[in-house]
Amino acid sequence: MSVQGLIRLGDNTLILGQRLSEWCGHGPALEEDIALANTALDLIGQTQLWLGLAAERSGNGQTADTLAYHRDAWDFRNLLLVEQPNKDFAVTMMRQFLFDTWHYEMLNALTDHIDPEISAIAQKSVKEVTYHRERSTDTVIALGDGTDESHTRMQTALDRLWPYVGEMFSADEDDLMDMAALRPKFDVHLSETLQESTLTQPESDFFHQGGKTGARHSEHLGHMLATMQVLPRSYPDAKW
Amino acid sequence: MVETAASIDDVWSWLEEIPDPEIPVISLVDLGIIRGIRWHEDTLEITVTPTYSGCPATTVINFEIEAALRAKGIEHLSLVRQIAPPWTTDWLSDKGRAKLESYGIAPPQVAGGPTRCPHCHATAVEKISQFGSTPCKAQWRCTDCLEPFDYFKCI
Ligand SMILES: [Zn+2]
Repeated sequence: MSVQGLIRLGDNTLILGQRLSEWCGHGPALEEDIALANTALDLIGQTQLWLGLAAERSGNGQTADTLAYHRDAWDFRNLLLVEQPNKDFAVTMMRQFLFDTWHYEMLNALTDHIDPEISAIAQKSVKEVTYHRERSTDTVIALGDGTDESHTRMQTALDRLWPYVGEMFSADEDDLMDMAALRPKFDVHLSETLQESTLTQPESDFFHQGGKTGARHSEHLGHMLATMQVLPRSYPDAKW
Repeated sequence: MVETAASIDDVWSWLEEIPDPEIPVISLVDLGIIRGIRWHEDTLEITVTPTYSGCPATTVINFEIEAALRAKGIEHLSLVRQIAPPWTTDWLSDKGRAKLESYGIAPPQVAGGPTRCPHCHATAVEKISQFGSTPCKAQWRCTDCLEPFDYFKCI
């Protein structure tokens, strides 16, 4: 059982949860603001479970908090997709939709994992992620098949984020499961949603890599960590 | 020796008196998050499951349980977090569901939305947002009396 595989899942939910929390108080409508904050909260809760288990299994005195606050960018193992900046609401919701669609299938598959603790976290998380996927799918449809302005922004967001989709299905021995096997189900939900959204799926199958291996994060991650980590690094004994 | 005298039934009834910190009209027992109570030698073991994994009330709930049981004279207490099987709104008690509705929160329904407005009981309702003021709630509105209301999400 790979600790790296657990860290990958916990880093995805941590980094995306932190990104979404940047919207708190800035959402385009009160309901959207609350929804983004709630999604962020679920993701941070899932982070505590994944990184908590990773810390326990690594057996070197780490905790979920030390993993979150005392690693540098090159030690993070999240997908490049989740560290991409929020930009506008279209980019934020398209990023969420692409991630949720993958996350949902991945967690569903992990509920059958042979390791009972991994299966338990997946069973807990997939209930929350079912709601996330439902909401981001509805939003992509509403905005894609909306006004000229919202349609254009959603298509621009999809084109911009498309090169980060492939990394979700890249696979190696550190993963907790075969990520490549998730692609067919992902593609079904994606194409159904895009069709209903009147959005066009980009044709290129090129994708950026280096997030989940830590080899090449984008420059955005370091800036985000600086904000996220400043308090526990400045005051190492600070407690809630 | 209060401690040895406390029966499992007593402990259930004590926990029944602790309100949920975010929806104080229902108790922790009504919410279905107390999964087990047992004596392990001289230690009282309470198994608690979180509603949502990031719910900030979880810490407060553990604190409330501890404070209530200490006040009843329990000396050795252990709170065990259990996440599988995951909490489901099926575990809400019938009493809890009724109390939610009279408080103005529509209880969860398997169909995925409220059957009626908790204020005027009209069935003409529509969704505002899948998310609400706490992780466990969504926002709906009644198109009869026009009042918005919280719906306790079914998970
Ligand atoms: Zn009404």
